[in-house]
Amino acid sequence: MTATSPNSPLPTLGKPAGRSRLAVLAEKGIELVICLCGISAIIFVFGIFFFVLREGAPYLPHLDLGEFLFSANWYPASDPAKYGAGALVVGTLSVTLLAMVFAVPFGLGAAVFVAEFCGRRTRETLKIVIELLAAIPSVVWGFIGVMVLGPIIKDVFQVPVGVNMFNAALLLALMSVPIIVSIGEDALKAVPDSYREAALALGATRWQTVYRVLFPAAKNGLLAAVLLGVGRAIGETMAVLMATGHSARIPDSIFDPVQTLTATIAVELGEARQGSEHYQVLFLIGVLLFTLTFIVNLTADMVVKGIRKK
Amino acid sequence: MFTETPMVRRKERRERVAKTFFAVMAAAMVIPVLLIVGWVVLKGAPAMSWEFFTTNPRRGGTEGGIWPALVGTVYLIVISLCVSAPIGVLAAVYLNEYAKDNWFTRIVNLAVVNLAGVPSIVHGLFGLGAFVYAMRFGKSILAASLTLSIMTLPVIIASTKEALSAVPRSFREACWNVGASRWQTIWRIVLPNSISGILTGVILQVSRTAGETAPVMFTGVATFTGVDGGLFLYHLKEQCMALSMHLYYIRTQASGAREELGYAIAATLLGVVLLVNATAIIFRIYLRSRKKW
Repeated sequence: MTATSPNSPLPTLGKPAGRSRLAVLAEKGIELVICLCGISAIIFVFGIFFFVLREGAPYLPHLDLGEFLFSANWYPASDPAKYGAGALVVGTLSVTLLAMVFAVPFGLGAAVFVAEFCGRRTRETLKIVIELLAAIPSVVWGFIGVMVLGPIIKDVFQVPVGVNMFNAALLLALMSVPIIVSIGEDALKAVPDSYREAALALGATRWQTVYRVLFPAAKNGLLAAVLLGVGRAIGETMAVLMATGHSARIPDSIFDPVQTLTATIAVELGEARQGSEHYQVLFLIGVLLFTLTFIVNLTADMVVKGIRKK
Repeated sequence: MFTETPMVRRKERRERVAKTFFAVMAAAMVIPVLLIVGWVVLKGAPAMSWEFFTTNPRRGGTEGGIWPALVGTVYLIVISLCVSAPIGVLAAVYLNEYAKDNWFTRIVNLAVVNLAGVPSIVHGLFGLGAFVYAMRFGKSILAASLTLSIMTLPVIIASTKEALSAVPRSFREACWNVGASRWQTIWRIVLPNSISGILTGVILQVSRTAGETAPVMFTGVATFTGVDGGLFLYHLKEQCMALSMHLYYIRTQASGAREELGYAIAATLLGVVLLVNATAIIFRIYLRSRKKW
């Protein structure tokens, strides 16, 4: 090492070759670790699929896919046990659908308000509240569904039980709205300002701009926002477990109790002996859920990529 | 002079209606939250006392305090953080600093997005299959924390990536020009300049971990375990209690629990999560105000 007194000439800039072999080796080692961490997400996604499938796989040869997906006979405790998850699939899909009926208009409406209609101050405040809304744990939502929403629904709609599909759908809507708002706002923000300026120059009002220019331009991003909201709603466990009423029947009305795929696993896995048929079927339901959300997320991602290419 | 034609008037009226309409939509999300949080805190407050926070639950959780659940939640947070923070930060470093723009990187990014979208109960199944049975950790704090750390990994990766990409490229170029290697640049320049952003992500991970129930209910969180007093009484291979699970248990399994008890636990959980999030938000605002570039 050269001493750097004020008078000494500037040290020549060190070339990589100037570093000790140890330093070069250490750098290689660190890069290897970083690379490993980088691909860890892939490893974990495959790992999740592998380990969940591994526990459920022994039942696969006995699995009648038609019965599993479409029969509503879910009697895991009777003899012989029946594993028709049809009612659970219907439960998950109907709760999700009803939740989206509430969440999509409100979520996209709020996204439009945040992105286009309000001032900077309001926007920052709203975004913070939305972030806090997203942070409320799902078990607290479930608790609110049972203790607060249930009695209200019972009184207002004159129904025998307050914990039902409607209750759970309301909770799911509130839980998935933050995703829809934040992704939807990003999508609207991604529309170039020149589009807005062109519309304004033609004499369009804000609303006309939103309706005629921004919606068509941002439709892929808005669709992705909705899809991610759907993904969140399908995978939600604790809130729907507590608020749906948990009854494996095909519902007749939106005030009937239902049972979802996620809640079934949460309730029954504790009772199922490791390695038993019931245990394996529950893991297969996990595989089904994984696949469902994977497809939804993949579609959302491809829809978003679609905009970027344009 | 400009005179309003009926058409202009109609246009303006529509504009006002649209604005009000969207404002109501936004308000419809904000108001219930404030009401709910307020209501839970109001109902829970009478049951919250020093004893509530520092004693063991009695009679199957229907009476007494939540001390073991608090300790258990802290354990889960700290251990899962120790695993997911380094992996997550390094993964983000890889994605932002090393990865080339090719198909492989796209797949990695896709995997991160999908990992974030895996339902929490499926994470629980994975934890049970992988950590509890295949790796023979048993139902334990260790297994539960590892499950949580994998679940929260995408949160840290996403926020760290954002923090890293906010560091201007010129900083890196200046550093490379004086002969620093890639890692030296990252260690001396990129990470120090983005540390606050990274910390924000870590804080958000803490809030997520505190509230999750489904991933831990089969991997290591028991409905009832006592703690004698000290903080270090849980062993890694033991099961622990957690606030979120305790709330679920009190509400559904334990019969005869007082209503206030449930509200008090819910309020505690909400308090922890919202406090942590508020910290992250304040941190971020402070950060933005003193940005150097």
